[in-house]
Amino acid sequence: MSVETTPAGILFIIVLMALVTLATRYGGAFVMSFVRISPRIESFINTMASSVLIAIIVPMAFSGDAGALAALATTAITMLVTRRALPAIAAGILAAAVVRLLIG
Amino acid sequence: MSATPYPYQWQPARVRAEFFRLLPISLFVVAFGAAFGLAAVQEGLEPLQALLMSVTVFAGASQFAAVDMWGTEVSLVPLLAVVFAINSRHLLMGASLYPVLRELPPVKRYGVLLLLTDANWAVAAQDYQNGRKNLEVIVGGGLVLWLAWVIGTILGVYFGGLLKDPQALGLDMVLGCFLLAMALGGRKSTRTLVAWAVASVAALAAWRWLPPNIHVVVGALAGGVVGFFWLEPGQGGQSRRDQEVS
Repeated sequence: MSVETTPAGILFIIVLMALVTLATRYGGAFVMSFVRISPRIESFINTMASSVLIAIIVPMAFSGDAGALAALATTAITMLVTRRALPAIAAGILAAAVVRLLIG
Repeated sequence: MSATPYPYQWQPARVRAEFFRLLPISLFVVAFGAAFGLAAVQEGLEPLQALLMSVTVFAGASQFAAVDMWGTEVSLVPLLAVVFAINSRHLLMGASLYPVLRELPPVKRYGVLLLLTDANWAVAAQDYQNGRKNLEVIVGGGLVLWLAWVIGTILGVYFGGLLKDPQALGLDMVLGCFLLAMALGGRKSTRTLVAWAVASVAALAAWRWLPPNIHVVVGALAGGVVGFFWLEPGQGGQSRRDQEVS
């Protein structure tokens, strides 16, 4: 189904996009409200939670350029050494900028 | 256990504190919002339409993908499928916070979830792993991220991109570095590391061979399966004891 991008059509598309996105924000908690949270389920969702981050970052590293790799590697090392997030993020961004300046 | 079925101790002062805690990263979000605003008007959206999208959708990656598919006509089902696929990670994020969210009455619970997005969720999830219940960051942090996204969009649609080349400054890596720092800041057991390895392999395989935009969900679920079959030593027994006592 195609919708013409007239003002009314665009409004319709944006409303549907907002509803679909809202459904993703609400859906997980809604479904969980019917699940009895046993220790096993709790273990599942805790492991899943930290895996979400990994599943976002790893393909980002593989598809990214040298700057992206430098950023992630620098953030990882700084974070593991200093245990502080803001310096780690700043160092990562700086690394991306420097590598892109040198290579790009 | 407790007299009220909803024992969460909501702290309004903490909402404000979390607003300011996520203010630094929100400054970067303004730059992305501007990039989105610029892309949207270049694809033919009116400024107010782009703004309405940022206000109501508030999910950057899916908004970029949507305006990418813009033309004189838009195929509705493929567009909504892409938006759903990119944002389906919210399903897992909301589910992962449910053990805390259920301590809030439903109206407040779903009010909080209106502002759920990557960065504030990552903080809440990390806090929960470390034994702190922090839903205030979803609201306070979400509010500052939303404001930044909307302000950025306004700047982008009316003044163009703020920076000639945000990539050259490494700004495209802000969210990735932020999420990585959150992941590494949490508790790491052997079990977590095995789950991460499984999640990485599954996410990469899905990214290569499955339809686009579903690798996050595939990887995260694969990691979760490790937790399902491998409980932290003592975790099961201890929770059961807690239930007996209460």
